Amino acid sequence: MKLELGFIKINDVQFSNECAVKDGILYVNPEDVKAFIYDNDDVKTYIKSITLDIAKPGESVRITPVKDVIEPRCKVAGPGGMFPGVISKVDTVGSGRTHVLKGAAIVTAGKIVGFQEGIIDMSGEGAKYTPFSKTLNLVMVAEPVEGTKQHDYERAVRFAGLRCATFVGALGKDVEPDEVKTFETYGIMEGAKLFPDLPRVGYVHMLQTQGLLHDTYVYGVDAKRIVSTLLYPTETMDGAILSGNCVSACDKNTTYHHLNNPVVAELFEQHGKTLNYVCNIITNENVYLADKQRGSDWSAKLAKLLDLDAVIVSEEGFGNPDADLIMNCVKQEKQGIKTVLITDEYAGCDGKSQSLADSDPLADAVVTAGNANMEVVLPPMDKVIGMLDYVDYCSGGHAGSLRPDGSIEAELQIITGATNEMGFNCMSAR
Amino acid sequence: MVKEIERVGIPVVHMCTITPISLTVGANRIIPTIAIPHPLGNPTLTAEDEYALRYKLVDAAIKAFSVEVDKQTVFEF
Amino acid sequence: MAFRVVHYINQFFANVGGEEMAHIPAELREGKVGPGMAFETAWKGEAVIVNTIVCGDSYFAEHEKEAKEQVVAWVKEINPDMFIAGPAFNAGRYGYACANIALEVKQQLGIPVLTGMYEENPGADYKDKILITPTANSAAGMRKAAPTMAALALKLMKGEKLGASCEDGYMPNGIRVNFFEKERGAKRAVKMLLNKINGKPFVTEFPMPNFDRVEPGKAIPDMSKVVLGLATSGGIVSKGNPDRIEASNASHYGEYDIEGWDALTSEGWETAHGGYDPVYANEDPNRVMPIDVLRQMEREGKIGKLHRYFYSTVGNGTAVASSRKFAEEYAQKMLQAGVQACIMTST
Repeated sequence: MKLELGFIKINDVQFSNECAVKDGILYVNPEDVKAFIYDNDDVKTYIKSITLDIAKPGESVRITPVKDVIEPRCKVAGPGGMFPGVISKVDTVGSGRTHVLKGAAIVTAGKIVGFQEGIIDMSGEGAKYTPFSKTLNLVMVAEPVEGTKQHDYERAVRFAGLRCATFVGALGKDVEPDEVKTFETYGIMEGAKLFPDLPRVGYVHMLQTQGLLHDTYVYGVDAKRIVSTLLYPTETMDGAILSGNCVSACDKNTTYHHLNNPVVAELFEQHGKTLNYVCNIITNENVYLADKQRGSDWSAKLAKLLDLDAVIVSEEGFGNPDADLIMNCVKQEKQGIKTVLITDEYAGCDGKSQSLADSDPLADAVVTAGNANMEVVLPPMDKVIGMLDYVDYCSGGHAGSLRPDGSIEAELQIITGATNEMGFNCMSAR
Repeated sequence: MVKEIERVGIPVVHMCTITPISLTVGANRIIPTIAIPHPLGNPTLTAEDEYALRYKLVDAAIKAFSVEVDKQTVFEF
Repeated sequence: MAFRVVHYINQFFANVGGEEMAHIPAELREGKVGPGMAFETAWKGEAVIVNTIVCGDSYFAEHEKEAKEQVVAWVKEINPDMFIAGPAFNAGRYGYACANIALEVKQQLGIPVLTGMYEENPGADYKDKILITPTANSAAGMRKAAPTMAALALKLMKGEKLGASCEDGYMPNGIRVNFFEKERGAKRAVKMLLNKINGKPFVTEFPMPNFDRVEPGKAIPDMSKVVLGLATSGGIVSKGNPDRIEASNASHYGEYDIEGWDALTSEGWETAHGGYDPVYANEDPNRVMPIDVLRQMEREGKIGKLHRYFYSTVGNGTAVASSRKFAEEYAQKMLQAGVQACIMTST
């Protein structure tokens, strides 16, 4: 399967009377965007109001509570459309051509759903830890209709955000990209013939599926109802997987992360040179032990069936998913498939505690995205998009996190994407 | 936490869903439960059946106290 | 003014002699001797070695108490900003002496200390107690070790925040410290995987821990007289979470009175846990803390009685060290209240 990504570099985002991408500037008319977002029954029913705002790198701006971040993209050629099964009709994506508004992002925010929304600071100490301090953010704040149940609100905000990204992404449809890159993986036989001497490598991609508010969707299917299965890596670039979860902000994989999965990118970087990138195996992190066993059994079975030599396993979240991570490692290693795991740590504020809930000596190659319990102090910002009311209640916050002067003392956990377990960032720990 | 209680001489039965973690952290008597968000219940059952299920699980825990164990044990039933 | 350092070395590095001179007692000298030169070069005047203590390795091993007392007395008198021992490379007794004397000075005088040695030196067992810079296994490694130790020493004297072990050049000491790598995690993972596939050396960024074990408690043949305690990591708390237990990485636990409660109700109780979907526990808290069936068992005589309080915290992302502390505390409370058995539930 072959996909061309056309990158349109976005250097600025501005509100305007029109909606267009011209000379690297994204012009947005908020009323047009809102009209498109509202053309959906869930949004109409559960969202009282939507406010759009812009946050740029370096500004004294804090966005919170952040739910998801989405990159605006648009399918230009090939089957299907962005976010199949949710926004577009179900059709296998990952081939043809897709345009990307590189440098821009849609950030969704609003009243808290669970405990686990986060903070994005565009400058200061917090900006060092989140990748979204470097993107030009169109922020969508969605207010629920009074009395809306949290699950309905979560779904409506999710749809609203995806619709916003779809609308904005479509503005790049007829724009000539600044750069085009091609990504291709091959069928089993074909790949083996092309690269007979290269090790066959797969990516075991663990998806957070802890419950109604901790979910991930694959082609519109709630991933807690899947058995482990295969995906072409390019499918993820067209929105086959999206985030509907409220895991701690630091290690939730936002939809932006799924679209720009760094493991996929780095494996493609080596594809055909030092390794043969065969495919992705997606597997879930359910709350039943039998599901954990089945999920890891199947991911191991699929890896064996594909004659893989090695896999990278990325976790999402922490705590009981550490058990899934270790099962996914041990079962692969025991059948001779070499593993490298990517995780993060909860080693306590002093760094002295046990980092993972589960462990095994076979997990001898681990990449860590750092200790999420590390304390940070975020300076006050001139402007807040969203609301500060929930800072004390978010995971990583505590009573008194929000200080009277508007500064925040909390754990890294509270910062969106800070310890991403796909290995999106440079942060680590020893 | 299980270990700290057992260390002062109070035997502990750990009721949890993800028994591999319980084994890793060192519980000695383990009763597997239903699911993480509702270890001792099952919302898909009627109230009566759910209560019966919970009674059965806790009963197994009470019985586990009376079993002598010399190593970490997951009580399957 | 330059920082003042006292340096400890053995007879060999002081050029007194080899094994045949290992018996010499501790001796105090002015200024730098032998390897101290390399540190001073690296410090470029920011710090100086005011005194060097030379001690035979056998003497230290055979007269440890006296040697420690003497060295500590001198260091106390000199009152330096820092104490450095070695590096000892792969010399076993020297490494032992360096680690022990550094630890003694740290404990007695509270000034920063540093030593260096090869990772397999027996003295390296002290790496969780004092900072030890890993070195090569022979003195040829001094050229590489000196700048690392000198830079780390300067950082300690300036009171700067310690970086991660791999950044600042000390052996991992059980304290995890965040830092920024040059490459992102996914790239590091692919590199590590390629090394692993090709049988080349690689270093895990997180060595798997060993969890400790405790002997199983004795069986209780008759539960019908027993006072049963209850604890949970599922975050069940009184409605409104009056103790403000955090949704994640809880800083404390709550103690809740269940006197008069025949079952937990959604009006009186809820969960504070941020790691799972709270709907089910909030709807019926007995699904996490089964008070309803336990009360029935109390009436049936299956158990003696329930302890009046249960103990609850949120396990979600809560540091193991904190959980341990909570449990140590409430285990004592249970013990004092005559609790003989305990059920712990986890989500």
